[in-house]
Amino acid sequence: MLLIRLAEECLIGPILSREVKTPCHLYTGQEASAAGVCSALDKEDQVFSNHRGHGHYLAKGGEVKKMLAEIYTKETGCCRGRGGSMHLIAPETGFMGSAPIIAQTTALAVGAALANSIKKNGRIAVTFFGDGAVGEGIIYECLNFAALKKLPVVFVCENNLYSTHLPVSECRPDVPLYEIARPFGIEAAQVDGNDVLKVFEAAVKAVSHCRSGAGPYFIESLTYRMRGHVGPDDNIQGEHTDIRPKSEIEEWRKKDPILKFENYLRQEGICTFDELAAIKKEIESEVSEAQDFARNSPSPDANDLQNYVF
Amino acid sequence: MPATAPARTLTICKIMSSRKLKFGSAINETLHQLMEQDSSVFVMGQGVKSPWYVGNTCDGLIQKFGEARVIDTPISENAMSGVAAGAALNGMRPVMNYPRLDFMFYALDAIINGAGNWRYMAGGNASVPVVFWGIINRGGEQAAQHSQAIQAMFAHAPGLKVVMPSNPYDAKGLLVAAVRDPSPVVFLDDRWLYGSEVEVPEELYEVEIGKGKILREGKDATVVAISYLVPEALKAAEILEKEGIGIEVIDPRTIKPLDMPLIAGSVKKTGRLVIAEGAWQSFGVASEIASRVYTQAFGNLLAPIEKVCLPDCPAPASGALEAAYYPKSEQIVSAVRKVVRA
Repeated sequence: MLLIRLAEECLIGPILSREVKTPCHLYTGQEASAAGVCSALDKEDQVFSNHRGHGHYLAKGGEVKKMLAEIYTKETGCCRGRGGSMHLIAPETGFMGSAPIIAQTTALAVGAALANSIKKNGRIAVTFFGDGAVGEGIIYECLNFAALKKLPVVFVCENNLYSTHLPVSECRPDVPLYEIARPFGIEAAQVDGNDVLKVFEAAVKAVSHCRSGAGPYFIESLTYRMRGHVGPDDNIQGEHTDIRPKSEIEEWRKKDPILKFENYLRQEGICTFDELAAIKKEIESEVSEAQDFARNSPSPDANDLQNYVF
Repeated sequence: MPATAPARTLTICKIMSSRKLKFGSAINETLHQLMEQDSSVFVMGQGVKSPWYVGNTCDGLIQKFGEARVIDTPISENAMSGVAAGAALNGMRPVMNYPRLDFMFYALDAIINGAGNWRYMAGGNASVPVVFWGIINRGGEQAAQHSQAIQAMFAHAPGLKVVMPSNPYDAKGLLVAAVRDPSPVVFLDDRWLYGSEVEVPEELYEVEIGKGKILREGKDATVVAISYLVPEALKAAEILEKEGIGIEVIDPRTIKPLDMPLIAGSVKKTGRLVIAEGAWQSFGVASEIASRVYTQAFGNLLAPIEKVCLPDCPAPASGALEAAYYPKSEQIVSAVRKVVRA
């Protein structure tokens, strides 16, 4: 979680100074969803993600150097500078890809689960999407097909309460979101998405459900994005247009998943304050090294523009 | 100068009430005026209440016309496009906005099957007066899924008219014509044009769908440029003029139906043609124009037609690759030199 947080926060200055241009949808505040779910997975399991994908990439084991280099759109990035922040792909880690067309990758995850079930390889697929994505019909088509074929796929909806600028209450009727899975006979649970242990527990249950051949599972992870829809905040042309009340943001700041877990580790005597500080320092230096690597890497050569089309 | 001249100028100014407007303001004014004039006009789409999505194009609409006629929708392009077509079938004139064109792929069924095919299927007994307004939004290292221009796909399907204004004046006039048209119209603009500022009359007026415009006359070659490449073609004309090459710049403004008399007429005069379209080079609008010119003006051509388009490659993220990906005036200049020297 800390790696995700620091790897993203190191981008704030560069985004504001336009050193980083590719649009970055930051994950700050939601780290427990990615970390909790991916910790329950094996390396061979597969994850598909959306536009807010940095956390999923790192939690699945993607290299921070290659991620930052991709965000700096360099040849050394995980997609050789072709994809940018919204199209991170690292199949070697089981991170099958992220893409910004809402809910598109959910069908890809169901397809990967179909392949895994045909191959009987025991792998499962996970699709991360947001509360806004349940507006797309493709989500329901995927739930139906996954249930029908009892596919080993975990649907993880990170409900951060906002579909870009719109509060979830303006996008859908006031019915618990996870219940969209029930008409398809899919087992579904709602968890505190800012409590990494609760997310992990739900994910372990979901994964064992899938591995046993019982079909798909649906997790609604209740969380909050601390930053804007895209970039550090939603300022547009100097105007603060974030429609979220400041008090709401402050309330959620108190529920920071990293603080919560750090407190737990200290209260349970698992880590001391000093040990946590040392871990943070270590991660800071890893991120700083990765950022130097990204900055110093070459841009792609324009002569190679049309490589990789076919 | 006759003594009456100033008074006359004043009268003309009063009638036209022209002032300079930027693209977004021209669209905003048009939507306000159309919605005031016709209660069947309404706006829907993702983000119509958020400047983050639609800039200033929808400013003040919700305050003036209320949430019943200004609908910020869930992220449901397929269903919402069908809903817009259904409302059009039932007497309304919806303007359905897609703040990012790439999401229109989800809406293709509703647009092509639900709107484009409908009137013909009904033997002419139904019409679907809906405007599908998509904004091309690219550059800035947004990469493949947030950069696409797919006018050719809409123009390929029967029953859809497709317009692409290159400046605020045409944006207003074409939007008025599109909303009033009994057929479904796909109205595509490009964020790269939003900085453009020209004289725009205050009153409602129409730019006729299907009519292109000669923006600059020239005798050596015709350049047909579309959308963001129109200002680039005009820049190219300045550069080429210094070399003694005069180009005729045509903005078709409407992609379908194409103003072929205008284009073919110009090629018959110049004998040379360059087509500039910021979309993939294969099977696109530029290819269609070239095909028609070969058919209609073959005997007049003095050189093979040149196209200035995007390579057949998804949009890259890297700025270094973007610079090689998107054509600008420089590529138009090279293409014109090539046809002129052929």
